[in-house]
Formats: sequence, C-alpha cells, structure tokens
Amino acid sequence: MSTYDVAVIGGGIVGAAVARLLGGTSLSVALLEARDDVGDGTSKANTAILHTGFDAKPGTLESRLVARGYDLLGRYAEATGIPVERTGALLVAWTREQLDALPGLRDKAGRNGYTACEIVDAAEVYRRVPDLGPGALGGLTVPGESIICTWTTNLALATDAVNRGVRLLRGHRVTEVRTGPDATRLVTTAGEVSARWVVNAAGLGADALDALFGHDRFTVTPRRGELLVFDKLARPLAPCIVLPVPSSAGKGVLISPTIYGNVMVGPTAEDLTDRSATGTSEAGLEFLREKGATLMPRLMKEEVTATYAGLRASIGHDDYLVELAADQRYLLIGGIRSTGLTAGMAIAEHVGELLAGHLDLTPRAALPEPPRMPNLGEAFPRPYQDAAAIAADPEYGRIVCFCERVTKGEIRDALASVVPPAGLDGLRRRTRAMNGRCQGFYCGARVRDIFEGAAE
Amino acid sequence: MTERVRVAVIGGGPAGLTAAAALAPAVDGDVLVLERERETGGIPRHSDHPGYGLRDLRRFMSGPAYARTLTGSALRAGARLETEAMVTGWAGERTLEVTSPRGRRLVEADAVVLATGARERPRPARFIAGDRPDGVYTTGQLQNLVHLHHRPVGRRAVIVGAELVSWSAVLTLHEAGCRTVLMTSQYARPEAYAAFGVPGRLAFGVLVRPRTRVVAINGRGRVASVDIEHLDTGRRRRVPCDTVITTGDWIPDHELARTGGLEMDAATLGPRVDTALATSLPGVFAAGNLLHPVDTADVAALDGRHVAAAVLAHLAGGPAAAPPGGVSLTADAPLRWVAPQLVRPGGPPPSRGKLLLWTDEFRTLPRVAAVQDGRVVGRTRLPWPAAPGRVFRVPFSLVASADPAGGPVHLTLE
Ligand SMILES: Cc1cc2nc3c(=O)[nH]c(=O)nc-3n(C[C@H](O)[C@H](O)[C@H](O)COP(=O)(O)OP(=O)(O)OC[C@H]3O[C@@H](n4cnc5c(N)ncnc54)[C@H](O)[C@@H]3O)c2cc1C
Ligand SMILES: Cc1cc2nc3c(=O)[nH]c(=O)nc-3n(C[C@H](O)[C@H](O)[C@H](O)COP(=O)(O)OP(=O)(O)OC[C@H]3O[C@@H](n4cnc5c(N)ncnc54)[C@H](O)[C@@H]3O)c2cc1C
Repeated sequence: MSTYDVAVIGGGIVGAAVARLLGGTSLSVALLEARDDVGDGTSKANTAILHTGFDAKPGTLESRLVARGYDLLGRYAEATGIPVERTGALLVAWTREQLDALPGLRDKAGRNGYTACEIVDAAEVYRRVPDLGPGALGGLTVPGESIICTWTTNLALATDAVNRGVRLLRGHRVTEVRTGPDATRLVTTAGEVSARWVVNAAGLGADALDALFGHDRFTVTPRRGELLVFDKLARPLAPCIVLPVPSSAGKGVLISPTIYGNVMVGPTAEDLTDRSATGTSEAGLEFLREKGATLMPRLMKEEVTATYAGLRASIGHDDYLVELAADQRYLLIGGIRSTGLTAGMAIAEHVGELLAGHLDLTPRAALPEPPRMPNLGEAFPRPYQDAAAIAADPEYGRIVCFCERVTKGEIRDALASVVPPAGLDGLRRRTRAMNGRCQGFYCGARVRDIFEGAAE
Repeated sequence: MTERVRVAVIGGGPAGLTAAAALAPAVDGDVLVLERERETGGIPRHSDHPGYGLRDLRRFMSGPAYARTLTGSALRAGARLETEAMVTGWAGERTLEVTSPRGRRLVEADAVVLATGARERPRPARFIAGDRPDGVYTTGQLQNLVHLHHRPVGRRAVIVGAELVSWSAVLTLHEAGCRTVLMTSQYARPEAYAAFGVPGRLAFGVLVRPRTRVVAINGRGRVASVDIEHLDTGRRRRVPCDTVITTGDWIPDHELARTGGLEMDAATLGPRVDTALATSLPGVFAAGNLLHPVDTADVAALDGRHVAAAVLAHLAGGPAAAPPGGVSLTADAPLRWVAPQLVRPGGPPPSRGKLLLWTDEFRTLPRVAAVQDGRVVGRTRLPWPAAPGRVFRVPFSLVASADPAGGPVHLTLE
C-alpha cells in the first residue's frame, strides 16, 4: 500500500476545493468520498447563491472567507464556465421593526467590507419586483449577491483536482482511523488508504470522523432546509433574489431565481437528529406554500417542478471551525453550515496557509488549464441553440430531455467525462436531464437506456 | 437558416397528425408536422392496450396501431412529418425556432397549429412529501419504460388516482408482472370506479380507496412504502410497496402557447380558443389535449379535423384577425373548465357540436344550465353520469341562444 502525502476526506465543495489546491503542488493527494459520486451531500441541495457575505458576523473567519470566496469563485467560474448570473438581491422589510433594522444591516455589511448596499423605499421595492405581495415597507439592495450552479462548481473543482493528478476514490467511506508515527491508515468501506496528512472535510460526518481521531470538540446538528422549485414559466416573476430580514430564527425564507431558469422558495430551518433525513416533510412543504403565497401570490398559480431538502452542518457555534492538530498531522474543517458553496475555495486557501509550515505547497510548474465545464445555465447559450455546434456534431441537435432541452451529445459527453456519473442522479447534476417540469414523463425511460448503454 | 411553409403543425400526436392529414390535400404548399420524439403518434405510441380510434376511425384498436394508422394517413395525404424536431420557441408571430439533428433553423409559416398535448402532474407538483427513491413514475413514464424500453418495474404498486388513465396503468403494471395493491382517490365516488371498479377488483384484485390520498413516500434507494390518509377521518396507514404511479391530474403542455403570448384560459391552463379553434393570435390555431386536459385520443384527433376549416379560411385570405366580440363561456364550480371558451358571431359550432366539461363532483344524472346575465339561456339533462377524472360533453345548443352582445355565459351543474 503506497502512502499519499495528503488524504482529503469528503468530496463536497470544500473537500474538492482543498484537493484541487493541494493537487497543484508536488504532493501526492487522494480525495476520499463515501458515496459513489462527488457533490452528492449538502453541496447538491442548497439555495446556490454566491454570497457577498454582507450579513455575516463581522470579525469571524466565516465573514473573511465568504468575502474572499466570493471573489475566488467568481473568477474561477469565468475561467471554467460555471454559470453565474449577477442578479443582485433585495432584502425586503414587511414590518416596522424590520424596516428599522435596515440601517443596522447596511452598517453591518460595511463592517464585513461590503459597502454597496442601499436603502430603498417601498415604491422602489415594487419597481424592482412588481409581483411581490402587498405590504412591503422598504428594502435594502445587495447588488453583488448572485446565483450560481452548485453542481457544476463541485464538479469543476473535482475535475480540476483529478486533472492535476489527485486520486479520486469514490465509494470510500472512512470507518476507522489508525494514527501511526509517520502515516495514518484510514480504514474504508473499500479497503485501506494510507496518508501522511489527513484533511477532514466530511461535512455532516465531520464530527464523527473527528472523534475517530480522538477529539470531542463539537457535534453536528443537521438543520434541514426544504425548498420548492417552480416552473420556468414563473421566472419573470423573480428578477432578482428576494431576501427576508434575518431574525434570531435564522436567515428566513427567500425567493430566488435559479441558474436553470426556475424560481425557488425556501429554505425552511429545522433541527433534526437523523443526518440522512434529506426527505421533505408535509409540514415543511405546507409552510413554504403559505409563505410563498404571502410573499408572492402570483407565484402560487404556477406549477411546482421539484421539491427537495438539504441538511446544513450546524455546530451550535457562530463560526467555521478550522483547526490544525500538527502532532496528529490532521486538519479539521467543521461547521461549514450555510455559506460553504461560496467560501469553499477560500477555505481551501486558508487550509493551505495553515499547512504551509508543515508541507511544501509551492505550486507545480505547468499545471493543466482549468477544465471547461458544459454550461447548464439558462442565461447562456446551450448546445440545442447552437447552430454551429449542431452542424459539427448532430448529436447536439438531438434533444432527449424536452423540458430542459438536454441533447444526446451532452449526455454522451457527461458519460465520457473525467468524473463520470455513477447513477441517474449524477447524470441529472451534470446535464439537467429529467430535472424539468415533466420529471421523466417523456424522457425518463430513454435517459435510463442511454445511461446504461442500451442499444438505441 | 429560414424555411417557409404554408402550415406548421407543432406536435405529431393524434390531433396534429389528423390536422395535417385533413390540411395537406387542400393546401397549396407544405404542411409540415414538427414532432420532437423519434416517432410520430404521441401518447398512444406507448399506450399498448385497446381503446383507441372509436369515434374518429370507427374502429377499436391498440394505441401503437392507432399511432401507426394516423401516421400513415398523414403521409398518404401528403403531409411532411419531421421527427426529432423540437420547436423550442418563437422568433416572430408565426416563426418557430426548431432544433433537430439536421440543424437549428427557423420555420416561418402562414398558419401554425399547436397540438402539443397534455401530461400528468408528477409527484413534486402534487406536494407528496418524503424521500426521493427510485420507483415513482407517472403513467406516461411507466408505459414508456414497459412498452417502448422493455424495462422491469417493481412487484407491488400503489396507484395515486382512479381515473380512466389509472386503469391503463393497472393494465401496464399487470403486463410487467407488478401487482397493484391499492388505488387512492380523493373522491367519494372514484372517477372511473363505476366502469372499472368491479371488473378491476375481479380481474386484478385491485382495491380502490375512496377519499384517501398519499401523503408521503418512504424508502432509500427504492420505494419501501407510502403513507395514506383518509381525507375525512384523518386516519393514516402505511402501505408497503415498491412502486408508486401518479396518474391523471393533467396539465396541458402549454409552454409554447404561453411564450408565444397567446391569451390563456385560467381554468384549462391551455390557450383560450373559439369554436373554430382559433387562438387570440391571427393565424395561430390549437387542437387536442392542449385545449382540454384530457379527453380521449379520438376526440383530440377530431379536433384536428375540425381545426382544418379555420386554417384553410385563414390561408384563403380571410379576415386578418377574427372579428372582435363574441360570448365567453366559463365553468362554475363544481365544474372546473369548459372548452372551447369563446363563441364568436357567425362562428361555426364546435367540434362534434359539443362543449367539453370537466367536473370535480360526481352526478348520476347531471343537469347543466347556461346562465347569461342572470338569465337561463339553456338547460340540458344527460342520461349518463358526470364523473371527476373524465370529460363529459354537452350539446352546443345549450348556449346557442345566448345574446351575442351579452355578458359571459356561466355553465353550472344544477
Ligand atoms: C438549505 C441550504 C441552503 C444553502 N444555501 C447556500 C447558499 O445559498 N450559498 C452558499 O454558499 N452555501 C449555501 N449552503 C451551504 C453549503 O451548501 C454548504 O456549506 C456546503 O455545501 C458544504 O460543503 P461540504 O463540502 O462541507 O459538505 P458536503 O457537500 O456535505 O460534503 C461532505 C462530503 O463528505 C462525505 N463524507 C462524510 N463522511 C465521510 C466519511 N466518513 N468518509 C468519506 N466521506 C465522508 C459526504 O458523503 C459528503 O459528500 C446551504 C446549505 C443548505 C443545507
Ligand atoms: C396512459 C394513458 C392511457 C390512455 N388511454 C387511452 C385510451 O385507451 N383511449 C383513448 O382514446 N385515449 C387514451 N389516452 C388519451 C390519449 O392518449 C390522448 O387523448 C391523446 O394522445 C391526445 O392527443 P394529442 O395529439 O392532443 O396529444 P399527444 O398525444 O400528447 O401528442 C402531442 C405530441 O406533441 C409533441 N410535442 C409537444 N411539444 C412539442 C414541441 N415543442 N415540438 C415538437 N413536438 C412537440 C409531443 O412529443 C407529442 O408527440 C390515454 C392517455 C394516457 C397517458
């Protein structure tokens, strides 16, 4: 058994970003993921907003890394083709109390280094979002808030890592840890992996893994967030992200356009004990329907395309928990609750700084170019619209998933990609196939055939 | 690239194919059917059981045979059928954006017929909570899996809904070796129960539970059970199963109708049409289940035949826009919708001389009244039941004596 210089555990956005960064040095790196695909945990089920960090708690590590991640991921998205729409956000006050809180929020944004917020009156709120329900008293603009594709982000980072030489080990759940004098042996569901250093980026599983290293410093509480996704025909109703004024109860329910051209309402916030409870609940769906009906009554006339839930890795502590145990050659990344999509690359950079005293992190010469990812964004040209692409390769004109307009060429490309999907859900995240309003009525059977390589 | 045709028909299902077959011999120039699937025929292609063709072909045949017959007729009539050609949007009043393996192009037509059909609402649109395991399908997907792709399904199914189409799902499941253990229906008198309940129970051992709904689906990986609730008592029960079929609960495939800016009917969710099947845009017509979600295939097909007259009149240089005015038809609860929705002065009677209605309540011998400005303008009594989950039809004469200058005519169940 060869020994890697570093093993990163967890193939979510954070782990993939760390692996990518370390993969750019001369170190040998393995990325271990319990499931059969990367990006199959919290990183696949969030609200997919590229946050400015305007509402973070000033002075925290999270505040700094979200702001930094916003820039890093924004630039990386341009280089790799991860779709981003700079829609901006509008925080809307519905009560006197909320209205009075706006100046404080603007000042707090300033303390987080974000100075572009402006307070606007009710007329301006309705000018920007005409379909908002009655009763808005005013708002605060956050022009930098943007929407992004979380699936492509995770895949781009993982693909980049693999291109840089990182060994991706899917289906490797770490179940036991044996720390030795020079190397740590990780017992996994698919055999042992040995590494000199270990980075714990296991998200919801980070506390359990931390305990395997003998620590007892935090407990992850899965906080479920449920969401409703409305039909694309509703998209004009949500020209920008509509945020509630945050309260002690959490960030509250937002209405946001999605990068795929839908509109989303959510998330709820509910503490659970079961870390695999990613199902939706009757109460949650009902709550969102009621909430949506007050925020934007017209939206309720549109069809719902999907419902889903994600689990935030809450740790009862108001900041990220990133700690180095040099004696164990071990680093913990914990409590990346509700901003990790944005902050992932900055967390990786921070991890690099912490490890630099112990490992040689000089970037390798002649790194491969960042990967060019297939565009899943509705606001940017897709193959079915591209006459030249179809002329060069008719498979880009062969639409298989009608609702999302996914072509056979794109499915073929995904199946042949550097990090190919392990199942139909993985294929959805790489292409959008079957994600549309019919949910497989027309294309479900055919997509399955193509995925399984059945003759057509 | 832009191609010019006389008529573009969007959708090659029973409605589109029949419209094309009626138009092609009478039109000087191309009648082009654009169909996004690899074969024309629409839903009947994968609905492999008898029950098709009664009213239009006066025959009783299986879905696939019906699809082939209609395709053959359209071809023989001289229509051009282009498959794997999806209309993705509009580039002008009657100019369509089309994607196919042969390229991306615009099709500019003198007349457009929308015949895009309807589909069943999938699970998320019905707000069924719980896990997201494999094994949850609409009837459409189920039949695609079984009849076109020869895939196995599970062993024990629960069917959401007890409409006509739900029994089509029972047949398909039976053929695939999957037993239907339960059908849930929100109604006290399940839709098609009268027709199928007893034979269904006898032939397939299916139990229909009236006034129940599925509230949650459980299972990781594969469906393990569903939770059902009685709507009146609130009592809940867990039913083990590995397959869930969400049937019925139709919604028109109205994306192009909406993105084209057609006036929409808030009740059918399809475009608003007059008795000639003209929409609010000049030269744009509609036919089939896009207009009435859903009636049987033969009725959709006969829409296609009916719409041809208005298309030909338009091509012959009839008035650029339909005459203004006309009387609106609306359905009052428990009626959900009526189609068509507009009676124009001098317009023809609707297809088959019938108005189509959908009810949310069961009536054994329904009496329907037409009321305009508080005055009853017509009344009819039907000798057969009106049941949720299937269209019922009333004669157009019911509204024939409405005042063309009056207010909307309300159709009510008495
Ligand atoms: C409802 C909701 C909304 C959100 N909205 C936003 C937003 O708008 N913007 C934003 O920036 N962030 C948002 N977030 C937060 C963001 O999604 C998370 O912070 C981020 O995805 C965390 O990434 P991660 O890599 O830490 O975790 P994950 O994506 O969960 O990855 C951890 C991985 O570790 C694996 N793993 C666990 N244990 C083991 C083990 N023992 N061995 C091997 N592998 C293991 C898991 O399988 C998993 O794949 C939201 C979160 C939720 C729930
Ligand atoms: C499970 C099931 C069982 C049924 N059983 C019976 C039965 O026994 N007897 C009976 O009479 N009826 C039955 N029906 C109903 C019958 O299938 C429909 O009434 C009929 O298919 C409606 O015809 P249509 O032409 O309006 O729509 P469809 O058949 O839905 O055809 C619409 C066509 O338009 C195409 N299309 C849509 N959008 C585009 C676009 N943008 N570009 C290109 N093409 C497009 C679609 O691919 C499709 O082929 C059943 C339906 C189902 C779902």
